[in-house]
Amino acid sequence: MRDATPRALVQVRDLKMHFPIYAGLLRRRAGEVKAVDGISFDIMAGETLGLVGESGCGKSTVGRALLRLYTPTAGSVVIDGEDVATLSPEALRKKRPTMQMVFQDPQASLNPRMTLAAIIGEPLDEHTDWSGDQKLARVHELMDQVGLNRQFASRYPHEFSGGQRQRIGIARALALNPKFIVCDEPIAALDVSIQAQVVNLLEDLQDRLGLTYLFISHDLSMVRHIADRVAVMYLGQIAELSPRDDLYARPLHPYAQALLSAVPEPDPTREATRQRIILQGDVPSPANPPQGCNFCTRCPRVFDRCRIDEPRLAEVETGRFVACHLYTDTKTAGGPTAAPEAIEPTNKEHDT
Amino acid sequence: MPDGAAPILDVRGLNTVFRTRGGEIHAVNSVSFTLRPGELLGVVGESGSGKSVTMMSLIGLLPSPPAEVRAGQVMLGDRDLLKISPRELQDVRGAKVGFVFQDPMTSLNPVFTIGSQIMEPLMRHMGLSKAQAVERAAELLALVGIPDAKKRLKAYPHQFSGGMRQRVMIAIALACDPDVLIADEPTTALDVTIQAQIIELVKDLRQKLGMAIIWITHDLGVIAGIADRVMVMYGGQVVEQAPVAELFARPRHPYTRALLQTIPSLTGGRAARLQVIEGQPPIMTAAPVACAFRSRCAHRFDRCDVENPARRAVDGRPVGTGHDVACHWTPEAADA
Repeated sequence: MRDATPRALVQVRDLKMHFPIYAGLLRRRAGEVKAVDGISFDIMAGETLGLVGESGCGKSTVGRALLRLYTPTAGSVVIDGEDVATLSPEALRKKRPTMQMVFQDPQASLNPRMTLAAIIGEPLDEHTDWSGDQKLARVHELMDQVGLNRQFASRYPHEFSGGQRQRIGIARALALNPKFIVCDEPIAALDVSIQAQVVNLLEDLQDRLGLTYLFISHDLSMVRHIADRVAVMYLGQIAELSPRDDLYARPLHPYAQALLSAVPEPDPTREATRQRIILQGDVPSPANPPQGCNFCTRCPRVFDRCRIDEPRLAEVETGRFVACHLYTDTKTAGGPTAAPEAIEPTNKEHDT
Repeated sequence: MPDGAAPILDVRGLNTVFRTRGGEIHAVNSVSFTLRPGELLGVVGESGSGKSVTMMSLIGLLPSPPAEVRAGQVMLGDRDLLKISPRELQDVRGAKVGFVFQDPMTSLNPVFTIGSQIMEPLMRHMGLSKAQAVERAAELLALVGIPDAKKRLKAYPHQFSGGMRQRVMIAIALACDPDVLIADEPTTALDVTIQAQIIELVKDLRQKLGMAIIWITHDLGVIAGIADRVMVMYGGQVVEQAPVAELFARPRHPYTRALLQTIPSLTGGRAARLQVIEGQPPIMTAAPVACAFRSRCAHRFDRCDVENPARRAVDGRPVGTGHDVACHWTPEAADA
């Protein structure tokens, strides 16, 4: 959106992240949790890709595997020309400055015994050979950027509120001038009135520094605000990946439809007339996903083929990728129909 | 909801203070509200606004010390819950007032079966025999939509998912057919699709059982879909109170107005930039002498600094029954 010719900064191909389960007296490998099971997507330079889904769907694991906080089981993650998934430890260390992370819980991700200056400056200690003065100058600059008062540099995290702590986490992520930042539920732990402050800050920084974000969240209305394109995950796989306005106006995958219809809206008149798709049951265990489509146990529009064949993510309309037989197997399904609840189309200013 | 019906719960001038080493925290300041039979009252506010502490004060669930209910009156029927003995209060809790907490994992005992936890209030309050209690517990599980109820009584909490556990909590709260159900952020720990299931369940149970509900949440979306009347809290006080449609259509308090603007919408126009409420919520170290919202308020004027606004009716009906607001500022002056 901010580039004339969009270039994929991040290219993920068939990424798998399986965690082994050990059981029994001899701790033998008894199976594996398929937290992320074969997903592919691109993130364009300067873009914000929203990654939404419910707890346990693997969205945070994707974020961590992308930054090689986990070593992926299979697949490739090319960030700015290099495959992060297979880099040697030394090459990976050199790569780290380009890719950073903002964590969910600002309480747990800041060392309570370090001052603000030490927390924000730690990446500089690790990756530069600057003098103390140079580092402090950079720390001050970063504090200005995220709206923290410079005088607080020698204070400790407990002296700050949740929103301010999240600003500290953001300043630390920015210290090495990264190109790509994974924001893992950065606002989930904050109060409503503070969430907007942090989201506005992230947007300002993106405009100013040309950052590329992967914005992981379960808050669908906030993702609509911040993201350019949105990927909906279910049980370790991408169900739908669409431009933001298309997804919210007309979700295609039955899970995306149900998810959007479940979000309560602060409007009593709309709430009174809305038709909800209430999904039955719970998400199956990723250690033992169902055969065929992984959504087939809860899908309101399931048919025979869904229980046998696994649908592949395919482009069904320009720029819209869906993993569902309804859109590839039109004969059996009787053709895709509109979502039960057609959400009014919104202002159609496409950024890409 | 029957408008003229006598309230089932009538709370007046409730004050709760926490005494800590760092001084006193005035968590609840002169909170008054009523709950009519069969009504669903939504209570909205951010963390620290006093919404949970208010409800826990009502039925003596706060440990004392540090908590101290300093003043107020809580009439449930013809009894003042703040005056009765701890023993009598035990009979009220569970039997007359049911409680559902936010986190269904920590509020169920992991070493007892689901069945024994549902049967406990039945035997304690209703005097049922064990066999009768088993029967009734299975009915209750079926009522909250857990299939194969009889078998599931023998299961332990860890064998249930988050949504199922919250259904169990609701079954326990409803076991003795209470007049009032207090639900404190009952869906906050759940995923949206599971939240939608629980909300549908509560709507359904209201139709069947007709109890009055107090639903505490920070999510205005949930409130819009479920409440009859809404009470907005800030700094331990009620700042606005109105029927749900009225509150969303014509919010009066600057805090309510800002809150409604700050949340991005799922439909309609998409703002280029989110509206923010600058600053932080207050920590009430003393009883309020001025408006608690003034430091974040866009409409602040001299009077806000010297006088804590009292709740006043805006639609001619008595405070607490129609639309009332605790603010010196009038939106008409600005909108005109």
